[in-house]
Amino acid sequence: MSPLNIKKGSSSHSAYDLRDPNAEVIESHTLAVIVDNESGVLARVIGLFSGRGYNIDSLTVAEVDHEGHRSRITVVTRGTPQVIDQIEAQLSRMVPVHEVHDLTAEGPSVQRELALFKVAGKGDARIEALRLAEIFRANVVDSTLVSFVFEMTGTPEKIDAFADLMRPLGLVEIARTGIAALARGLSNFPDAS
Amino acid sequence: MTKAMTGARMVVQALKDQGVEVVFGYPGGAVLPIYDEIFQQNDIRHVLVRHEQGAVHMAEGYARSTGKPGVVLVTSGPGATNAVTGLTDALMDSIPLVVLTGQVPTFMIGTDGFQEADTVGITRPCTKMNWLVKDTAKLSETIHQAFHVAMKGRPGPVLVDIPKDVQFATADYTPKDRIRITHYQPKTAGDPDQIARLVEMIETAERPILYTGGGVINSGPRASQLLRELTAATGFPVTSTLMGLGAYPASGKNWVGMLGMHGLYEANLAMHGCDVMINIGARFDDRITGRIKDFSPRSRKAHIDIDPSSINKVVRVDVPILGDVTLVLEETLRQWKARGSKTNAAGLAKWWRQIGEWRAVKCLTYRNSDKVIKPQYALERLEALTKGRDRYITTEVGQHQMWAAQFLGFEDPNRWMTSGGLGTMGYGLPASIGVQIAHPEALVINVAGEASWLMNMQEMGTAMQFRAPVKQFILNNERLGMVRQWQELLHGERYSSSWSESLPDFVKLAEAFGCKGIKCSDPRHLDDAIMEMLDYDGPVIFDCLVEKHENCFPMIPSGKPHNEMLLGDADTQGVIGSKGAVLV
Repeated sequence: MSPLNIKKGSSSHSAYDLRDPNAEVIESHTLAVIVDNESGVLARVIGLFSGRGYNIDSLTVAEVDHEGHRSRITVVTRGTPQVIDQIEAQLSRMVPVHEVHDLTAEGPSVQRELALFKVAGKGDARIEALRLAEIFRANVVDSTLVSFVFEMTGTPEKIDAFADLMRPLGLVEIARTGIAALARGLSNFPDAS
Repeated sequence: MTKAMTGARMVVQALKDQGVEVVFGYPGGAVLPIYDEIFQQNDIRHVLVRHEQGAVHMAEGYARSTGKPGVVLVTSGPGATNAVTGLTDALMDSIPLVVLTGQVPTFMIGTDGFQEADTVGITRPCTKMNWLVKDTAKLSETIHQAFHVAMKGRPGPVLVDIPKDVQFATADYTPKDRIRITHYQPKTAGDPDQIARLVEMIETAERPILYTGGGVINSGPRASQLLRELTAATGFPVTSTLMGLGAYPASGKNWVGMLGMHGLYEANLAMHGCDVMINIGARFDDRITGRIKDFSPRSRKAHIDIDPSSINKVVRVDVPILGDVTLVLEETLRQWKARGSKTNAAGLAKWWRQIGEWRAVKCLTYRNSDKVIKPQYALERLEALTKGRDRYITTEVGQHQMWAAQFLGFEDPNRWMTSGGLGTMGYGLPASIGVQIAHPEALVINVAGEASWLMNMQEMGTAMQFRAPVKQFILNNERLGMVRQWQELLHGERYSSSWSESLPDFVKLAEAFGCKGIKCSDPRHLDDAIMEMLDYDGPVIFDCLVEKHENCFPMIPSGKPHNEMLLGDADTQGVIGSKGAVLV
C-alpha cells in the first residue's frame, strides 16, 4: 500500500496549521478586509501592497453596510507563509481597518466571480457559442445578429475555462469583477447559530 | 454643551482641549484664518520656524523629550510637501505628531489651484493616518480623533488637511469627551500564557540578554522603571538599540552598551552567543541584525511589541507577546515573583565572566593625539564636562551620531533625540530647538556634523527669535564622514563627492545670526572652549575642527553577522565583499 501523499499545508480543511513558517513555497490566499467606507481607505490598502512589494491577483471592493459605513475588500494575494502573515498583520494595524480574515487559512469558503464575455460570430461558430453557454449556465444579456454578451458567475477556474472555449469562437472582449468570497457556515457568527 | 464657531476657531479650541501648549508652524494663504485665531489668544504659543521641515523636526524633539504629541501647523502645497521628510522620520521612529495643513477651498480641489497639492495622497504612506476634512461639522471630532490615533498603540504622525472654506464656515464644536468612540483601540495587555512562557525562559536562561528599543521609551517612564526593576532582580545583561538609549542607565551595573552596526563588541557578541533573547520594544532592524541567517543562531527569542506587524516581520520568534511594554513587564514581574523569582545563577555567573572577557577588549579604544582633536576625544570631554547636569542631546546623522551614542552616557529616558530609522541629516538642529522649547531651563546640545548641520541651519533664526539657548556642537571634519568611511572600505578609496568644500566660517555665521561662535582645533584648548559654550547664556555654534579621516569603529560590515566585527583600521582590508557592497 502506498503511503498517504499529503503535502504540508495543502489542505485548508485541517484543524491544524501544517504550514512550515519558514517554507519558501508560494501560496495563494484570499483575504477579506472590513474597512470604514471613507475616501482614501482603498488607496491606503492598495498603497500598502505596492509600497511593501506584495502581490495583488484580484481585488474587489464595495460598500456592504450603508448605516455602519463599512466596505468589504476582498483581495487575493500570493506569498510565502511569512509574507501572508505579515500582510495580515500590516492590514490589521491600519486605523480604518476593522477586521481582517484570511479565508484560505480560516476554513472552507465559497469564492465567486462574475464575468461578461462579448463573442462575435456568424453561422456554426455562433450556434456553438450559444450551446456552450447553455452548458456553462451562462446567460445571454445582449444580442445582435452578429454578437452575444454572455454573463456568467462561477469560480475563477470556471470563468477561465469558458474564456478558453470562447476564444476560437470569436471572443472579442471580457470583463471580470474579481473574487467575492465568504467563509462557509456560521463559525464566525457564534451568536447567529 | 456644543457651541457654534468657525472652523478656524475650532482648530484652536480643539488644540486647547487637548492640552497643547505650543505649535510649530509657518503661515501661508490656506491657513490664514487659523493664524488669525492664534493671534487672538494667549494659551497656545506659536513658534515660527524658517522652513516647514524644521517645524516637524522641532515637534519631534518636543514629543520625544516630553512624551506628549508634537503639533505642527503649515500651509497647503509647498508647506505640506516640505513636511514630508519629517513625517516619514516620525513614522519610522514612532514619534506622535499631529500635523495640520491648510488646503485650497473645497470647490477648488482638483483644479490645480495656486499652492494646491494632493496632501492626503502625498502623505498617505508617511503618516499613521490622515484625513481631508470637507465639512466644518466634522472638523473638531477629526482633530480629537487625530490626537487619539497619534498616541494610541504604536505612536506615529497623523495629518489633518483643512480646506480654507472649512476654516471660515461655522458649525457646532464637539468637545473632546463627546466624540464617537473610535474602534481604533490597540491591544495593550499581553497574553498571560505567552508571558508565562517568557517567565519560564527567564528562569532557565543560561546566557540571557535583554535587547531593548525605542518602545520602552514610548511606553512611558514607568516602562523604564520596570526594566530597571527586572534587570536588578534577574541580574540579566541589558543592551539597547540607538532609539532605546536611556531606558536603562549607562552607569547601571548590567549595562553592556549599545548594539548594532556600530554597537559595542560585548553587546553584539552577547546577542550572537545568548541562549535566550528578550526583545523589549525593538524591531530587529537591519542595523541591528546584520546577516539574518546568522543572527543569534542558538537562542530562543521572545519579542514584546505593541505593533503586530513588527512581530515575525524579519526574525521569527518563539514567544511573541503583543502588548504595551509597561503592562507586559508588570505582568512578567508579577508572574516571575509569584513563581519564586528564580534564575539560573550558575549559568549567569559564567555568562557574566564571558561578557567580562569581551569587555576587556575595550572596543572603543582609539588612538588619541595631542596635535589634532579626535572626535571621540571631543565627545569624551563633552561627556565629562556636562555630567550630572540636566542634559538633553540631539544629533544629526552620520559618524558623529554613532560616536555620540558610544561616548555619551544616558541615565534617563527622553534625553536622547536622534533620527534612527530614516537617518535624516538636518534633524538635530531643529530637534534641539523643540527640546529647548519644552525644557527652557535645561542644557540642550546638538551633536552635529558640519554637513548635516548645514541642511537646516536656517533654524538658527528660530533659536534666536525664541531665545532657545541651544548649543550646536559641530564635529567638523570637512567631510561627509560616514560616506567617506564607506567609500574607503567599499569603493576603493574613491571619494566621490564626499568632502565639504566652501564651508562657511561658522564663527562669522554665528555672529551673523546674532549668537555666539566658538572655534577650536587644539586639544589643549578644548576643555576651556567647551566650558565657554556651556557658560554662555544663549545659542552657541561651536566649530570643533577634528581629525578628517577618522573611521567609526567597532563596525559590523553590511552583510556580515555579529561575530565578524571590525574593531579598527587594521581589520578593514578587503572585508566587505561585493554582496555587502550592494546593501546600505
